[in-house]
Amino acid sequence: MTLPGAPAAFPQVLRVAGPLVEMECPAAVAMHDLVLLGADRLPGEVVAVHGDTATVQAYAYTGGLAPGHPVEPQGRPLSVLLGPALLGSVFDGLLRPLSGAGDLLLTGGPDRAPDVRTWPFTPRVAEGTRMTAGDVLGEIAATVPLRLLVPPGRSGVVTAVSAAGGYPADAVLAVVDGHEVCMTQSWPVRKPRPVAERLPADLPLHTGQRAVDLLFPVARGSTVAVPGGFGTGKTMLLQQIAKWCDADVIVYVGCGERGNEMADVIEELAELVDPRTGGRLSERTVTIANTSNMPMMAREASVHTGATVAEYFRDMGLDVVVIADSTSRWAEALREFASRMGELPAEEGYPAGLASQLAAFYERAAAVRTLGGATGSVTVIGAVSPPGGDRTEPVTAHTERFVRCLWSLDRDLAYARHYPAVSWADSFSRDAGVLATAHARSGDPDWAGRRGRVARLLAEADRLADLVELVGITALPPRERISVLAGRLLREAVIQQSALSPKDAYSAPAKTAVLLEAALTVIDRCLDLVESGTGADAVEAVDFTPLLRARESAGPAETAPVTAARDTVLGRLAEAATA
Amino acid sequence: MSGFADVEYTGVRELRGPLVVVEGVCGVGWDEFATIALDSGERRHGLVLEVDRDLAVVQVLEDTAGMDRTGTRIAFSGTPLRIPVGAGWLGRVCNGRGEPADGGPPVLGATDTAVAGAPINPVRREPPNEPVLTGVSAVDVLTTLVRGQKLPVFSAAGLPHLELAVQIAAQATCGGEAFAVVFAGMGLTHADASFVRAGLAERSAARELVLLLNTADDPVIERLLTPRIALTVAEDLAFTEGRHVLVVMTDMTAYSEALREVSAARGEIPARRAYPGYLYSDLASLYERCGRIRGRPGSVTVLPVLTMPAGDITHPVPDLTGYITEGQIVLSAEVYAVGTYPPIDPLASLSRLMRKGAGAGRTRADHPDVAAQLIAALARSRQVRELADLIGRSALSPTDLRHLDLEDAFRQRFLTQATDENRPLDDSLDRAWDVLLTLPRSQLGMLPADLLDARQAGAQKPGEAP
Repeated sequence: MTLPGAPAAFPQVLRVAGPLVEMECPAAVAMHDLVLLGADRLPGEVVAVHGDTATVQAYAYTGGLAPGHPVEPQGRPLSVLLGPALLGSVFDGLLRPLSGAGDLLLTGGPDRAPDVRTWPFTPRVAEGTRMTAGDVLGEIAATVPLRLLVPPGRSGVVTAVSAAGGYPADAVLAVVDGHEVCMTQSWPVRKPRPVAERLPADLPLHTGQRAVDLLFPVARGSTVAVPGGFGTGKTMLLQQIAKWCDADVIVYVGCGERGNEMADVIEELAELVDPRTGGRLSERTVTIANTSNMPMMAREASVHTGATVAEYFRDMGLDVVVIADSTSRWAEALREFASRMGELPAEEGYPAGLASQLAAFYERAAAVRTLGGATGSVTVIGAVSPPGGDRTEPVTAHTERFVRCLWSLDRDLAYARHYPAVSWADSFSRDAGVLATAHARSGDPDWAGRRGRVARLLAEADRLADLVELVGITALPPRERISVLAGRLLREAVIQQSALSPKDAYSAPAKTAVLLEAALTVIDRCLDLVESGTGADAVEAVDFTPLLRARESAGPAETAPVTAARDTVLGRLAEAATA
Repeated sequence: MSGFADVEYTGVRELRGPLVVVEGVCGVGWDEFATIALDSGERRHGLVLEVDRDLAVVQVLEDTAGMDRTGTRIAFSGTPLRIPVGAGWLGRVCNGRGEPADGGPPVLGATDTAVAGAPINPVRREPPNEPVLTGVSAVDVLTTLVRGQKLPVFSAAGLPHLELAVQIAAQATCGGEAFAVVFAGMGLTHADASFVRAGLAERSAARELVLLLNTADDPVIERLLTPRIALTVAEDLAFTEGRHVLVVMTDMTAYSEALREVSAARGEIPARRAYPGYLYSDLASLYERCGRIRGRPGSVTVLPVLTMPAGDITHPVPDLTGYITEGQIVLSAEVYAVGTYPPIDPLASLSRLMRKGAGAGRTRADHPDVAAQLIAALARSRQVRELADLIGRSALSPTDLRHLDLEDAFRQRFLTQATDENRPLDDSLDRAWDVLLTLPRSQLGMLPADLLDARQAGAQKPGEAP
């Protein structure tokens, strides 16, 4: 059956099973080509071609789609539009704006409301200049300063360039070698954008979260996985990073997660002020919202969409962070589709290609020299939601192998209301070595030593805590009793950080450093006291409250209240010694 | 359910479990609704699971028992299942397919809507920030239910989750604003179904209730439809009629088992414990239908109830539910064993949206502090209880002993209430204060000093350790 009005030349749908659609395959249809299905023109992507049929993964609800309905091959891969309109906006998994869509997302996807905004453009080249891919044609004054570049694959003489002024998103701003260069450019989502070379990732990304910055730091251009069962604060930690880390652009991909949470993060970003620019945090953020009840296969595309958007900004010499919450839901979409395709399952029904697909996604992170010679980076942070908290399940187990840093969230810490619940025993940072060198270069040679000491103190306190439960604290020798105390001071005075606190949600490098210094000084003094004969009882009885409260009483970048609290506690320790 | 084509197909190729494969079909779309006529005159209903050229795989809601290859005629509706919506549902009792079970006429409505629903646009969602009051102290004070939230009850076999669900459904209010409850029962025994009908009779008579009951001997596959009908009716009552709607869905474990049964019949590759790999997305397609929409008055709040098989919280159904929902209310066999109703475990329970939905202007100004302090004190009590078991009461400090008193007071004066006792929030909060004041003032550091003064919190007794 052919729908009335549809040209007979279109190939037809043959089979529909949820998001899996089979169609007739004219020779011209290539793998990963975009097709539009049925009268509603639902977007889909060709994922297999066998003989005269092709398999399509549909990015929308296929209810009502029937064999015989027409398919329009688009002759190009699934692509997204990259331009200044991305900043501050919210999109679905295929990068269609959600702001203009209705209250309910009906079949066919959101309608694209015409964008009437304009952005000031300033040319930086004269006509007649010879340029190559990645060279700067001009500057676009968006909420983050952007550049108009010669697109990858193009080079030649600039035959026309627009004068300075405001232009809409779809304006042609220059002509290079006979090809128009538009303010907004299209790029296939599955194809990484080219770079001149990959650079070693050796500069720290400051996240403003002490548990991360002190213990498990991440470099710009590195990769992080955040595994944690439900209720361990994954989304909270990732939202904190999205708000406060010192990247230029954040791409937040909500992939198969809660709608209310997305609404919350969108609202908060629009209200919070960026401490570095004074603008709103939302102005440097691109949000891709594909909640768990939105079409499942768009979830599969959304992580690639996010990486593509990040690479677009990176190519302008910016540092970008992609946050994907959660990669497990993405992997489930892969499994769902593989199962419908009848692929042989590997572990727990996941396709055998799961590991390589995960690796390919995380490899889109890099510090690079761009085609134009600037340096930029994409850092990828992915949440992992292990079913039943089981860390041996395939997604967690594979992800751990491919990432440079692991921030493992611990259920016991979360239940004890210790946030962020980053476990110091189960997490790692393979960037710590290069970052120690970077800190040493920038005048802090002791950084690695301090980090090592904190890690040792926490591990020692954990080991002793098990013992204390059996024999009681008083059975321990004085030095070990101080180790238990040291663990508590580090945890409560330094590592803990409340995302809800107006003063401590973000901790500037100076505050983080002074809090740690204060805690370590107090711990050293306690050790000195018991060495010189003061009883451990007396030291433990000292009121450390000012030190424990210092993180809450000092503002995000304040150091003086912390120093004062340290001195108060040191004074009390001196009294305890003479008592 | 209109729009049926005149074409009836008779080419039944295969009957397997709940599935029937029809051949020779033309123009039948995926997820279409079908009616099946048997020679006996019986009519059954189905949904299209797959269409492949001229074959359609149909999942029969009433099961395939008694169907044969020759005497079965199948007609397709041309669209996915739509049901009439509107205020006409209020006060009605229906079976799991939405057909009247109260002797009344079929439910009619001015408009009809697809039961699959459409996702709420994330940018049009209003973050939930106002409470639904249930009249149950432990829920209202410690895990406040917020309008637009999804908050499940995790229970186990033998615990009174149905009593709690019915009590909440019977008592819940939204501060005088228009309110309604949609109660979807899946796989209930007849005794349970009668209990639900009796417990909610008053609300039903007040035309504030829609009751959909699929009993344990009703067709299993019908359960896949029941929550979708409930949510579709609820969405209309909320976003068109402007009511605050609470949707209670019990038991989600029975629902998930029906999903597993269909998946197995289709020969799909199983994931954890043979549940299909899409269980997360399927549950999310139900739970995520809660929420508020900017500029519209109503809200949909979802309270799924599920029994954890063998009390295992890592079982796929509670585990995946926990990943989707915004907190959980956990019932505990230990609390129930000592005869306490409702047997809510306050430390394992959590409402993630509570910090937005409780406090000045929403519940009461002292509510967040009281709740936080009570949870902290109970956590300490539990530690002390474990210590007491190990070393004996006599070795405990006076403060520790007070914490044991607090635990008792919590259970007797706060947690325990009758199944028909509707406690006002003020009463619940005052009881929480009453429980907290069994502790000396030095142990109540999370409460503001002026409130403690007003409540005349006891000073430290001489000789007591801090």
